[in-house]
Amino acid sequence: MKPRVSVHKFSSCDGCQLAFINAGPALLELAELVDIVHFAEAGPMDPDAPVDIAFVEGSISTQEEAVRIRRVRESARYLISIGACATAGGLQALRNFNAQGVGDWTRAIYARPEFIESLDTASAISAQVKVDLELWGCPVNAQQVFTAIRRLLFGALPFVDNEKVCQACKRQGIVCVLVTRGTPCLGPVTRTGCGAICPAFGRDCYGCFGPAENPNTAPLARRFQGLGLMPEDIARRFHFINSQAPGFLEEGLDWDQGTP
Amino acid sequence: MDEHTVFLPRAEANRLLEALAGSGFGRILGPVARDGTLLFQPIKDWDDLPVGVRDVQQPGSYRLQQQDDPRCFAWANGPQALKPLTFTPREIIWRAQRSPDGALSFQAAQDDPEPTAVIGVRACDLAALDLQERHFMHGRFPDPWFRKRREALFLVGVSCAHPAETCFCASTSDGPAITRGHDLGMAELDEGYLLWAGTQAGKTLLERLDLDEATASQRRAVEREIHQATVTQKRTLPGRHLKQALYERLQAGHWADVGERCLSCGNCTAVCPTCFCHMEMDEPALNGQSSEHLRQWSSCFNAEHSFMGHFIVRSDTRLRYRQWLTHKLGSWHEQYGRSGCVGCGRCITWCPVGIDITAEAHALLQETPDA
Repeated sequence: MKPRVSVHKFSSCDGCQLAFINAGPALLELAELVDIVHFAEAGPMDPDAPVDIAFVEGSISTQEEAVRIRRVRESARYLISIGACATAGGLQALRNFNAQGVGDWTRAIYARPEFIESLDTASAISAQVKVDLELWGCPVNAQQVFTAIRRLLFGALPFVDNEKVCQACKRQGIVCVLVTRGTPCLGPVTRTGCGAICPAFGRDCYGCFGPAENPNTAPLARRFQGLGLMPEDIARRFHFINSQAPGFLEEGLDWDQGTP
Repeated sequence: MDEHTVFLPRAEANRLLEALAGSGFGRILGPVARDGTLLFQPIKDWDDLPVGVRDVQQPGSYRLQQQDDPRCFAWANGPQALKPLTFTPREIIWRAQRSPDGALSFQAAQDDPEPTAVIGVRACDLAALDLQERHFMHGRFPDPWFRKRREALFLVGVSCAHPAETCFCASTSDGPAITRGHDLGMAELDEGYLLWAGTQAGKTLLERLDLDEATASQRRAVEREIHQATVTQKRTLPGRHLKQALYERLQAGHWADVGERCLSCGNCTAVCPTCFCHMEMDEPALNGQSSEHLRQWSSCFNAEHSFMGHFIVRSDTRLRYRQWLTHKLGSWHEQYGRSGCVGCGRCITWCPVGIDITAEAHALLQETPDA
């Protein structure tokens, strides 16, 4: 019997599921190696079927999701969270900094706020249930997802890069945008996996893969101040896509009210 | 320079490129101003070189400036020179294939490198290449791919008349003049180039060019510029052999001080022309029937680098910086007979937070030795 795989969506933009779908031929190849039993965006629907691997996209942002994630966990041998929303709460977790304000915002934004049912905070999957592997990124790198699946099919532990983006830059001969242009690049504290896409196009990394292993954010934040960024701008560098990730969360809070 | 030093007028500089192409070098690399720095790129014409370009380097900062003069080598260096050419940043070492009956077969994945001439190599780069050769070619486990790539190179070294503020090759005795490791040595004056051979291949090329001897005043002008480039360097290391001094200070408080500032991002090791650490990994195809075995640049600032069996030996930045510095300036002496630092200053310039190896070394040596 082929291993069974599911792909679940929680609060998210669907971009990480698209990483599967955009993989094209690799997805067809995957479909021959495993049974994809649930993947609403691609067709198959059977959310409660027992699986060997459940991929989870999105954050826990509603009461319904907080219940549903437990069913996913119970039905899966391995649970792998994919993308910034699932691993760190994502962009929507910026509301966690003003949890009391969610009701006001809902009333200000929506014509019929009574239809909106959301929790005061958005949280990572690992805050709710045990997660076996986290694949970071906004969106996740499809190659990383397929490599993880391949290794699990071999019965081996998946290896996930946790070094800094700088090393991917240097290996590709990409010139440092911080050193040559003074742009506030988060590469020195951000996990690689994207292939250093932003610096390759001359712009600074904004940390969408979240903190690297051993991220020393404080001296980089001070460097950003030396480059002319105001404290609130420094806070926003860290409080963006992965605002709740350990390291980025604290550094952003340190600068939120002025120079620490 | 030697008694056979010849002069190539600036207007005829393309003759050097023609002679290299005529000698079988299908690829000629030279410094090109690009992306705000100087990168070694294929060149077709002498005008592809950075005419009138200067580099302004400071800890954590690199800028180019344009000046109105004809010089093409009036700068110190860019982020890389020879290292990526011989120690490939990421390469497939071998491929494995599973046949339908389950048997595995392995194939070497490397092609023969193209003969390549590199113009504009600095004395520090040549000293660094010599160190990389000691590691990759002359150790117990020689690397055949490194050797092939090295042997495909023809190196035109250019004496450095414009060291950057971050340079300290005079302190390590690796520059600024081209004295060893070059096929062809070169020095730039406004009116053109002095050329001298370092190897038989260089000699053959000079014969092909058939140039007049350089004049005594041209040689004196070059010597003056080299002298100036030596005395203007302000940074120094606190000695040539620091192993003992560093080993006596493994518990120094300053390691924690630099550990607070260091990002452990590994930029210093990536731009260091002598750092050689790498990791190997396998990338299987999704269908599981084939796999590629890769080697890529790694760093002693990575957790993986000190992962042994089930734990990470150097878990924090203090220990990783200490590992780098005590290896670079200390235990290299045991392994390779000299310090691993050639004074190019790249680790200072390309550190995002401008940590200065010379300042850290001086600060460490000011601490009292461990009890």
